[in-house]
Amino acid sequence: MFHYYENYLLEAVGLSMGLLLMAFVIGTMRRSSLNARYAVLWLGAGTVLLSLSVYRPLLDYIATAIGIKYPPSLLFLVAFVFLLFIVLHYSLVLSSHRDSIRRLAQSVALLEEELRSRHKEPND
Amino acid sequence: MSSKQTDPSTSGAPPANRVVVIVPAFNEAGAIAGVVRDIQNHCDSAIVVIDDGSQDATAERARATGAVVLQHPCNLGIGGAVQTGYIYALRNGYDYVVRQDGDGQHDPSYISEMLGRVAAGEVDILVGSRFLAREGYQSTIVRRVGIVVLSLVSALIGTHTTDPTSGYWVLNRRALEALAPSHPDDYPETEALVIAAAAGCTTGEIPVAMRERRTGRSSIGALYSGFYMIKVILALLIVHVRPHHR
Repeated sequence: MFHYYENYLLEAVGLSMGLLLMAFVIGTMRRSSLNARYAVLWLGAGTVLLSLSVYRPLLDYIATAIGIKYPPSLLFLVAFVFLLFIVLHYSLVLSSHRDSIRRLAQSVALLEEELRSRHKEPND
Repeated sequence: MSSKQTDPSTSGAPPANRVVVIVPAFNEAGAIAGVVRDIQNHCDSAIVVIDDGSQDATAERARATGAVVLQHPCNLGIGGAVQTGYIYALRNGYDYVVRQDGDGQHDPSYISEMLGRVAAGEVDILVGSRFLAREGYQSTIVRRVGIVVLSLVSALIGTHTTDPTSGYWVLNRRALEALAPSHPDDYPETEALVIAAAAGCTTGEIPVAMRERRTGRSSIGALYSGFYMIKVILALLIVHVRPHHR
């Protein structure tokens, strides 16, 4: 068998990545350049990643339960799944923004024309 | 030819003040004035040019012809431009809309005959097809293959068209009310036909001859047409499983 428990490098990477992420998210929130609704998403991802990195038995338990032979790779799986959902979420947000932009642009075009025709009328 | 049964000039076209001609245009400064004047020579109705965020002088050139110009602050794509025209038509109480493309591919001499047919209640949406009568500009080979595939798909879905990418449309108020609230995005014609059909509108086709565009380039690039095909087919299939809007 391999000596899984002697290799703490990956945990260290997971831990530092999680901490960095949390620090960055909280930093951007402080400067209010990150909307709270997205911060929740990222903080959630950071928390899960951190707790899996720090509390080793949890990682091992889940990894064994779903048949992952090398527990630290579960960290990457979790990170990957989170990213997938976050990106999908952004696609949804983009779609709805696209729709809003369309409505706004159309309103602007129609209102501008109405304004123009009202300005013209008194002179006619 | 196009006028077998009816003389276009006396085909029972509705009064000019109930009709609006919408012309979506994107970067067509070189062609738009000629296109508008051409339409003015064939009908007396109001002409509305929708400038879809052009970077050139499209809006100014169009305005100089006396047409109403609706100017998008940014580019929305053809679907958004057409929808703006529909909303304008509804708000201003028009009963019939004629759509002509801003690049001069559409020959406005068919307008009055098409209007006559729609006003007579034959169909709610009448599409000018360049493939019913094989004359005039027939598009490039690659695109025609795509157009045939789209025809097959729309036939499977229950809307028969020979030229599903044609933007030469005449529609009545009923079709307008079906399409104005939720119009498909880019390359919208096939999808719009399916949406209208799902809302109970009838559609028909009439042969028209199309010309090659005057200036400028088509907004559909070679690589993008592939993506376009897949996108439209997907959208067509989705229309039928979507929870029904009204």
